[in-house]
Amino acid sequence: MEHAHENAGHHTHGHIAPLSMYYAVFGALMVGTAITVAVAYVDLGFVNTAVALGIAVTKATLVILYFMHVRWASRLTWVVIVGSLFWLILMFVIAMTDYLSRGWMGVPGR
Amino acid sequence: MPSPHAPVTAPATNYLNATHGLASWLLTKDHKRIAILYLISITLFFGLGGLFAGIVRLELLTPQSDLLEPDTYNKMFTLHGVVMVFFFLIPSIPAVLGNWLMPVMIGAKDLAFPRINLISWYLYVIGGVLTLAAILGGGVDTGWTFYPPYSTVSPSHVILAGLGVFVAGFSSILTGLNFIVSVHRMRAPGLTWFRLPLFVWAHYATSLIMILGTPVIAITILLLALERGLGLGIFDPTRGGDPVLFQHLFWFYSHPAVYIMILPAMGVMSELVAAFSRKNVFGYSFVAFSSLGIAVLGFVVWGHHLFVSSQSAYMGLIFSILSMLVAIPSAVKVFNWTATLYKGSISWDAPMLYAIGFIGLFTIGGLTGLFLATMGLDIHVHDTYFVVAHFHYIMVGGAIFGYLGGLHYWWPKMTGKLYSEAWARVSAIVIFVGFNLTFFPQFIVGYLGMPRRYAMYPDEFQVLNVMSTAGATVLGVGYTLPLAYFIYSLVKGPAASANPWGAKGLEWTIPSPPPTENFLVTPIVTEPAYNYNPGREVEVA
Amino acid sequence: MPDANQAAVHGGAHVDIHNPNLQHHFNDMAQQQEASTLGMWVFLATEIMFFGGMFLCYILYRYWYHDGFVAGSHHLDLFWGALNTVILIVSSLTMAFAVRSAQLGNRRGLMVNLILTMGLGAAFLGIKAIEYSAKFRDKVIPGRHFEWHEVDPIGAQAFFSIYFAMTGMHALHMVVGLGIMSVILFMSWRGRFNETYYTPVEISGLYWHFVDIVWIFLFPLLYLLGRH
Repeated sequence: MEHAHENAGHHTHGHIAPLSMYYAVFGALMVGTAITVAVAYVDLGFVNTAVALGIAVTKATLVILYFMHVRWASRLTWVVIVGSLFWLILMFVIAMTDYLSRGWMGVPGR
Repeated sequence: MPSPHAPVTAPATNYLNATHGLASWLLTKDHKRIAILYLISITLFFGLGGLFAGIVRLELLTPQSDLLEPDTYNKMFTLHGVVMVFFFLIPSIPAVLGNWLMPVMIGAKDLAFPRINLISWYLYVIGGVLTLAAILGGGVDTGWTFYPPYSTVSPSHVILAGLGVFVAGFSSILTGLNFIVSVHRMRAPGLTWFRLPLFVWAHYATSLIMILGTPVIAITILLLALERGLGLGIFDPTRGGDPVLFQHLFWFYSHPAVYIMILPAMGVMSELVAAFSRKNVFGYSFVAFSSLGIAVLGFVVWGHHLFVSSQSAYMGLIFSILSMLVAIPSAVKVFNWTATLYKGSISWDAPMLYAIGFIGLFTIGGLTGLFLATMGLDIHVHDTYFVVAHFHYIMVGGAIFGYLGGLHYWWPKMTGKLYSEAWARVSAIVIFVGFNLTFFPQFIVGYLGMPRRYAMYPDEFQVLNVMSTAGATVLGVGYTLPLAYFIYSLVKGPAASANPWGAKGLEWTIPSPPPTENFLVTPIVTEPAYNYNPGREVEVA
Repeated sequence: MPDANQAAVHGGAHVDIHNPNLQHHFNDMAQQQEASTLGMWVFLATEIMFFGGMFLCYILYRYWYHDGFVAGSHHLDLFWGALNTVILIVSSLTMAFAVRSAQLGNRRGLMVNLILTMGLGAAFLGIKAIEYSAKFRDKVIPGRHFEWHEVDPIGAQAFFSIYFAMTGMHALHMVVGLGIMSVILFMSWRGRFNETYYTPVEISGLYWHFVDIVWIFLFPLLYLLGRH
């Protein structure tokens, strides 16, 4: 009975995390914001974008895992999140591959 | 239709007569009543879309633009496309048959979110009204694809029609969301994933497309509206935008949307083929996974609509190859249905006629799709009637045949009434003949080079166009027949038993029509789907 | 399935059968709660794709019009942008506290945190309004009246088109979020939530955090281009 299996191990009351965890995550988010702004003023070339995106991804991950309780969520929730992000990246990669590979042929308009 | 078996139980109250009055329908949260609401509204839009199609075909009877001005003609084919795609095909099977059957097939009392289900119908109606307003206000002439840069400057009602599509899109998203959550969380005890009817698998795959694809077209159309209304520069090249980006975003949804239309029909097919050959579907898990395969692959092939745009030739090559891969899961389905028929105890009832028609027409539509996926050949036939014929073989020969087949199959369950089997067979044959007469000539005329979306054409194409218009007339008659005998059956039709076809499946274990809560006691499922015993009379549950 | 109708399921349902918050088509509270949470996550998946379409526009035009994007980004007010980022992060914290209070059955904590969250959300929108009006004053609104005297006017117009589309859509989500929070606040004022039933608070919180995450990406992508 798979349905019951999916239910197994679930706590109706959800995970109640200690306040200290929320403050720690909040602090990390604030530090991340400060670093993002600070790094933007240093010229690192393309690394600027990479650092900014890296920090943004980290911050988003923290919010998802701790504020949104995904760390304690079912595997299905993980599948939904990872799957939709994968889909998003798929769209980006395929569409941008078109733009990046234009002109390779040396034929005008191709 | 076989003589009805002795009725199991015909309780006095069912979902149709449990409560009375217009408000009890318009505020219902019963998925079955919402399905009926959808059935009525979708039929109205089908009539409207058919009317536009008829006008288009009449204009094309002669090479000159004599019945309509070219501008009016542009509006007619645009409205035909918009209404048929967004207000008939996409909601047709999921919102009517899916809504009615998904909870029953998973042994649940309702979908997970009944109120959201009702909201989705209202969104559909609001979207429909907005589009109707655009039609009455003078129409849209951009083609159903709303391509910029023309759509940013067209003097017609692009924003209003686009808003209609936008709102209807949310109806589709909410339906998909409801199906996904219901399949995950509402299945009856014992109903494992691999005991689910293939109809449920197909709808699950469809729902994935609905929730992952529809938001993209929603934002795309919204950006187009912002560009027209507020002057943002997103797609308009004079303001720095890229019209081809619109095509990317549009087809990221709209190519998978083709599978929103065809996958549910494939789900219906699996039910029909099994029920009318009294056999388990050959290779159940292959058919189940091919639905998911089509849904996933369908998302990575959209660029084959952009072969003649400025898309890079290398990306075109990749899209060309990926598009051909879709043939694999599609062929798996066709082969497995055919293998199911083999040595089956086949009965030729009306739903089965539609099923057989589907298999043949879908095969033609699918194989001509391979022509179009071939980049070099597509340069020749792009935007010709070859394309029109190809996608009508999928949309009409596939999706509508599936819809009508399913409607005939489950009509006794949904309404508790039997329709005239003789008339149903006649109409199935008339529709099949009319359909082929309409669209097969279009393959030829398209291959010869007749472009789509023009009110005029060279004289030498007239014979084939006259055939096509004649076929459309036959098709129109064929469509009105079911409307007539379905309505007649509601008034005068004999009562249906719980299982008039002797078919397997949870929906046939409950009365026709069922009570509001579907199952008085939650069913416990102990066997796989389609557990038929070939060659033996099937017991009625 | 012949014997499908033979037996009813009672396992696990006894405890919850009298819970007034259990809708009739669910077997028990756990099933109802799981369905609602999954539904919200699936909805957020659609939201990811919805914003994703605009992010794709951003990626392409930033690649095409690098100079215009840098110049346009310089025109944005970093102070307001950073302040709004801080405000949204704090509001996410208070939202998380609201959910925690609901889990603990602390109605007072729930309401206080909801009000704080809403206040911060309103502050965010107020600052957004200040920024927008500055853009109107500087005539950098895309369209016929767009004025740009620096490099790459076409690219800069593309930047501001994307800027208004993305931040506008984000602000719209904030407004919807405030609406949702008002309903949740009203429900908690009426004492509708307790330790066994707080799913609406929880899933509204998910929505709020999601809108916060979108801003976490918008801030560096729009405000911090080529600041050096």
